[in-house]
Amino acid sequence: MANILAVDDSPSMRKMVSFTLKEAGHHVITAENGEQGLAAARAETADLVLTDINMPTMDGISLVKALRDLPNYAHVPILVLTTESGANKKMEGKHVGATGWLVKPFNPEKLLEVVSKVLD
Amino acid sequence: MDLKDVVDSFYAESLEGLDLMENVLLTLPPGPVESEVINKIFRAAHSIKGGGGIFGFAEISDFMHGVETVLDQLRNGQREASNELSELLLETVDCVRHMFKAARDKKPVQQDRVTSLRQQVDMILHQSAPETSKLKTELMVNPKSSDWHISFKPHPGMLAKANDPLRMIRHLAELGSIRSQACLDELPPFAELDPTECYLAWEIELTADVREDEIEEVFSWVLDECDLIIKPLDSPAKQAGKSARIELKPVPSGDTLQSTDGPAASESIRVSIDKIDNLINLVGELVITQSMLSRFDNDISALDLETLRNGLSQLIRNTRDLQESVLQIRMLPIRFCFNRFPRLVHDISLKLNKKVNLKLSGEDTELDKTVLECINNPLLHLVRNALDHGLETPEQRRRANKPETGTLELKAYHESGSILIEVIDDGNGLNTDKIRKRALERGIIAAEDNLGEHQINQLIFQAGFTTAEKISDLSGRGVGMDVVKRDINDLGGDVWLESEFGVGTKVSIRLPLTLAILDGQLLRVGSEIYVMPLSTIIETLQINSDHINTLPGNSQVYRLRNKYIPIIRLDEAFNTNAEATKLEDGLLVIVDSERQHYGIWVDELLDQQQVVIKSLVSNFKQVCGVSGATILGDGTVALILDATGIVSAFTKRHNVSGMAVA
Repeated sequence: MANILAVDDSPSMRKMVSFTLKEAGHHVITAENGEQGLAAARAETADLVLTDINMPTMDGISLVKALRDLPNYAHVPILVLTTESGANKKMEGKHVGATGWLVKPFNPEKLLEVVSKVLD
Repeated sequence: MDLKDVVDSFYAESLEGLDLMENVLLTLPPGPVESEVINKIFRAAHSIKGGGGIFGFAEISDFMHGVETVLDQLRNGQREASNELSELLLETVDCVRHMFKAARDKKPVQQDRVTSLRQQVDMILHQSAPETSKLKTELMVNPKSSDWHISFKPHPGMLAKANDPLRMIRHLAELGSIRSQACLDELPPFAELDPTECYLAWEIELTADVREDEIEEVFSWVLDECDLIIKPLDSPAKQAGKSARIELKPVPSGDTLQSTDGPAASESIRVSIDKIDNLINLVGELVITQSMLSRFDNDISALDLETLRNGLSQLIRNTRDLQESVLQIRMLPIRFCFNRFPRLVHDISLKLNKKVNLKLSGEDTELDKTVLECINNPLLHLVRNALDHGLETPEQRRRANKPETGTLELKAYHESGSILIEVIDDGNGLNTDKIRKRALERGIIAAEDNLGEHQINQLIFQAGFTTAEKISDLSGRGVGMDVVKRDINDLGGDVWLESEFGVGTKVSIRLPLTLAILDGQLLRVGSEIYVMPLSTIIETLQINSDHINTLPGNSQVYRLRNKYIPIIRLDEAFNTNAEATKLEDGLLVIVDSERQHYGIWVDELLDQQQVVIKSLVSNFKQVCGVSGATILGDGTVALILDATGIVSAFTKRHNVSGMAVA
């Protein structure tokens, strides 16, 4: 199963994402902000990165940009978690290299559906 | 961990987020907003909205959407903060809190409150278009069809962002049946081929009962990185009308949410990692000690005695440390209780047209979680009282040569094994003449009673006493200071009041650090052993018979450093027989109750030790002067004395007047 890095500053979002993905048999690494996410990504190459956009210290946009600069992450799918109201955030994310986005709120089924979509 | 834990943590986190929003909003100055400040609360609102949808609080998520948009505008500088806006946002914070509570308690939401706030928020956003019409237009624009032709030509760079065209085609295949043809026109000769680029294009026919936007959704991530044409192959006649579903919400019943309700009894407690690490360390040490002692299974030689003794003393130390650490887990900073006051004071002072500056200090003082929960309502009452009856209006203050803005201070600190909480205002203070008159009218005191100022002030803690001229909305709803006093006494604490007319009032509450365990002094009266909490004992002394004065009514006072202290005979209080027959053969334990000293007369002082408190109420019944019981090392049961209760029973027996101490 896949190695997934989930970055979100909200503990409950992290829990929900990691709970759902672990139930589905994935290995999940979590991080609280872009900085931690980047460190985790460097330590171990993930098969998929999920990141929130609004985070303290280093936001999701900067994280995506930094990840795409890493040779290991040139072709790893990166999804930004955004809300419907953040339409321009989606595009901003895409612009710096995100594969796609997942619109919050999403339920566990939707998360698994999207994850399996990008992983196969 | 299961999903319920996750939802619970979302719940706790959201309430924290709401508290944060509240705190920021309360101090938000009008004008442009600092990005650091607004970012914080935007994130909080955003998390609640996002999580709300995920964890099944769709209604909350929906509601937060408007709030989030307003905050976003504040953040982008499209909107400036104003007092009205802060007020509205504060109301929405309350409302969301209410919605969370309703959802958790499975109670209906106050729908009209939600709706009216939503409308107000919408009005600000100039979005009054009802959603149903939006849905309709969506259906019109996106007719359903069963056969589609899709031309899909990715731009060369699409693969660079890890988007795989195959994935999208597979996704299309999930919608219905597809026939697709790859278009190889642009595929370069192998030597020139860059494997990181995409050269292929596809023509796809899809048979599925879907709308155009559902197809577009498949390509949504790459719309800007491909040429995409979606065309229906048949006429859009077979439009399946999806009717908007209208959910009927139950009409809110009469029960209204009171802002006074304390923190609902939450089943979980947040504990800092440090405390837990400390526990784990201690358990580790305990295991080491245990293994050290377990070597002495059956054959102990005299040589081992020293090691055994060491092991035992280590065990004693471990046990004590472990006990302390476990108790620490129940300790929470009083911040949790103080935090609600800025908002409360803000609201109340607005209602009363008073200007108040609230100062909080000692928020990090930790106290037992149960105590913390129980202290909420008494504190609330004291603060309301201070605002309503204590502090004057700006005009009155000006006339009294005081600054227009009054000060209300909430303080918490440790003092000799207890916690002191003080509510201090610089308002009008108590009028002792008025109180005395009122107490006379009510028959609480007799005309010939000669009370000191301090004692008169304490009269307001008596049942049925209130000097408020008229009952206001805020305080004086029949819940008086007597209830505050009873609540605090129930916790094993006491409360007293100091006041100077025209200058201000200070109400002090003293509480035990924990309800589970206490440092006690064992006392003996006859054959009975009692435990007196060490925190209430000021000193103990041998009686010098010259210092005993007998008053009319056969009660005695003891002169201690030129002050007269009433002597309370414990044998009398509990109707037992003391061993000593003369006062001077016993000892006096000087205790403090509501800042007054009393001498409790006993036969003998025994050990000091920590005792575990067992409730007397749940095992027997409430007894005046006894706060609980404990089991001593030899297995006997000893009653734990409650000095305040003993004193009040004593004053009742002997009539306050005779014992007045100037």
